Amino acid sequence: MTPETLVEIKGLNFSYGERSILKGVNMTMSRGKVIAIMGGSGSGKTTLLRLIGGAVRPSSGYVKVAGKVVHELKRDELFEMRRKMSMLFQFGALFTDLSVFDNVAFQMREHTDLPESMIRDLVLMKLQAVGLRGVHNLMPAQLSGGMARRVALARSIALDPLLIMYDEPFTGLDPISLTVIGNLIRRLTDALGMTSIVVTHDVQESLKIVDYVYFISEGVIAAHGTPAEVRGSVAPFVHQFVHGEEDGPVSFHYPAETYASDLKLEKGFA
Amino acid sequence: MPRRIVIGIRGVGHRVIDSIWRLGYASRFFLLTLLKSGISFRRFGLVIRELYFTGVLSLIIIIVSGLFVGMVLGLQGYETLQRFGAESAVGTMVALSLVRELGPVVAALLFASRAGSAITAEIGLMKATDQLAAMEMMAVDPIARVVAPRFWAGVISMPFLAAMFSVVGVFGGYLVAVVLIGVDDGSFWSQMQNAVDFRYDIVNGVIKTCVFGVAVTAIAVFEGYDASPTAEGVSGATTRTVVTSSLAILGLDFVLTSVMFRGMS
Ligand SMILES: Nc1ncnc2c1ncn2[C@@H]1O[C@H](COP(=O)(O)OP(=O)(O)OP(=O)(O)O)[C@@H](O)[C@H]1O
Ligand SMILES: [Mg+2]
Repeated sequence: MTPETLVEIKGLNFSYGERSILKGVNMTMSRGKVIAIMGGSGSGKTTLLRLIGGAVRPSSGYVKVAGKVVHELKRDELFEMRRKMSMLFQFGALFTDLSVFDNVAFQMREHTDLPESMIRDLVLMKLQAVGLRGVHNLMPAQLSGGMARRVALARSIALDPLLIMYDEPFTGLDPISLTVIGNLIRRLTDALGMTSIVVTHDVQESLKIVDYVYFISEGVIAAHGTPAEVRGSVAPFVHQFVHGEEDGPVSFHYPAETYASDLKLEKGFA
Repeated sequence: MPRRIVIGIRGVGHRVIDSIWRLGYASRFFLLTLLKSGISFRRFGLVIRELYFTGVLSLIIIIVSGLFVGMVLGLQGYETLQRFGAESAVGTMVALSLVRELGPVVAALLFASRAGSAITAEIGLMKATDQLAAMEMMAVDPIARVVAPRFWAGVISMPFLAAMFSVVGVFGGYLVAVVLIGVDDGSFWSQMQNAVDFRYDIVNGVIKTCVFGVAVTAIAVFEGYDASPTAEGVSGATTRTVVTSSLAILGLDFVLTSVMFRGMS
């Protein structure tokens, strides 16, 4: 493991009860890079982020962040580590009892002794970065879905973490905000030397800003490479995904009995 | 047939083990809440905010109900006591019923359905919308930051609400007995003053309300935190809060009453 490696994942297995979600995943993520994780719905991307953040334990294998095995940390060590990482949840997860301003200020107030005047400046700066300085005194319920996600993004960069995990930051954004947010992720990563993991379905937009792509399918890494390699790839899986084709190795359907037997059709009809 | 019996017994066993497990889990959660209450007192603003939601917003229902309960007590008390020519004791009857039993119990039942259910629903929804998970990821403990302030706000507001209930209830009894029916004003109050003992009646009533306050809010925060993170999960948890804490209040009331007023002569 080289010093530039921030996240290292080895032989990671995870299952919810009987159902195996991740099967032997290996990844390395370097500092200062934007890494995309792509894959069909339900393929285990959110679960992977939860494993990196230490919210759930792997059944075997490990995730190492900055050289430490996440699931072996004690609770206070884990909390110490989480101060340097942050996660943008798929549905924003803004605190509904706090205003937009207080949401963004939340970690500053919990973890630092900054004076209120400085917190105010910082919060407005973060909101400015996502183009929402004007809504700082609204409550989360008064925001649209896309706005809530942008506020959540401002909140997740509040303390300039080393590692940010974005769970589908682009869904529900209009084309302009989408470009702005994509560029923002790139700029933050470059300017602050942080590492970004972006889970996304938005192939075209993310290929513009990321350094490396992992494709995950049915619990394994189906393919990986730089954006140029991905664009030029002739591997059927990557091709299908990048071009959004219906036919190919990836099935649109969740594993089930055969359609005919589920619909209770007689053999002869199907 | 024997197979059915085996399955039946197994089902009962499962249920028993499940509920014991849940009880243990709830106790552990309660202890954790107490252990992590530090920031609730260091940053008392967090508790004050919740006091507004649990306490102040429960005032209306407490006051209105207290007034009606007191008025009914005044009517019934007068109706019964005048048969024995003791209608001037109606003040005593109203005050003792309220301070010893109805104040603590009815106020706690109202508190459970007004504030307890709201606490459960709020915490449950925070869980269902990933807010608690997000807080964990920000290295902030949701038990310390979300659960404990709500717990202490409930525990603190309960005695005040019950006291308010009793005071308004006595006033309601006064309205009916003295103003409406015309029982003598002076004897209404003086008999009440003579009969109600500070330590024996008031202090015991306050102890009851504190116990109820702890029980109701502990149940409410636990059910919210333990709710399964879906709409049905949260609504089920809210119902369980009201049912469980109502039963707890009535059960505890019997236990406390039998300990406190055992030697009543
Ligand atoms: N709490 C849970 N209990 C049981 N199974 C779960 C749970 N959470 C997720 N799963 C299952 O794990 C699988 C992976 O879920 P995950 O949320 O990681 O998918 P995802 O790749 O993020 O999908 P999407 O793109 O739709 O967000 C899904 O099939 C889901 O059914
Ligand atoms: Mg997901």
